[in-house]
Amino acid sequence: MFEKENPEIFYENGTLNAKILGDIDHHCAKYVRERIDNAIFDHKPNLVLLDLSSVDFMDSSGLGLILGRYNTASEMGADFIICSPSRGVKKVLELAGIERIIKIEGDSLV
Amino acid sequence: MKKHDNQLKMYLTSLSINESMARSAVAAFIAQLNPTIEEISDIKCAVSEAVTNAIVHGYKFSQGEIYIGVKYYSDRTVTIEIKDKGCGIDDVKLAMTPLFTTDTTGERSGMGFAVMQTFMDKLEVYSKKDKGVRILMEKKLK
Repeated sequence: MFEKENPEIFYENGTLNAKILGDIDHHCAKYVRERIDNAIFDHKPNLVLLDLSSVDFMDSSGLGLILGRYNTASEMGADFIICSPSRGVKKVLELAGIERIIKIEGDSLV
Repeated sequence: MKKHDNQLKMYLTSLSINESMARSAVAAFIAQLNPTIEEISDIKCAVSEAVTNAIVHGYKFSQGEIYIGVKYYSDRTVTIEIKDKGCGIDDVKLAMTPLFTTDTTGERSGMGFAVMQTFMDKLEVYSKKDKGVRILMEKKLK
């Protein structure tokens, strides 16, 4: 059975765009984490864009996922931006004060 | 003690693949009350946190059952009880401190209880070491 890859990863001109699909919870974080980290190590981007426009639900496991990827990107010398969180996802991000650490932009750049 | 109008009870195995189903089941049950999108989202998040805690922490070294009981009342109050028979919590007050986590992988945010506390109107946590955890949450819908 064909399954769409999650996240969808696209690299161009130094920017790695990782678009997560569906819900972000503890179960899916395990798989998403590895794919994004591998892409960061393979491409060594200048910028990582985490596209959350297709994420309808995220709990605090998503916060751990995001902070972990931010740390990976930072260790590799890359900037990190969160793109297009939905209202529900934004509520969880704001609860944790993520915007104090990571830039959040409204629209996906790709 | 007031009587509930309706209730849902379910048991699920402490597998992470069941986290989504648990949220969806509770959301589908609460949908009978025509909640707002934000209310459904808040409740799904709180349920997800409690179930995840049971799987990640309670049954860290074992596998067991997680009980979820949901009731709603005529005044649109929703109560949710989530119980496990896992390893329990030594210090509940410490565990509920935002950002506190016993996880050593660096991938857990320690915000689970903070989310439950913020998204629900009431949160009570009962636990002793090796005696499991019982979480009671309540939210009154508009």
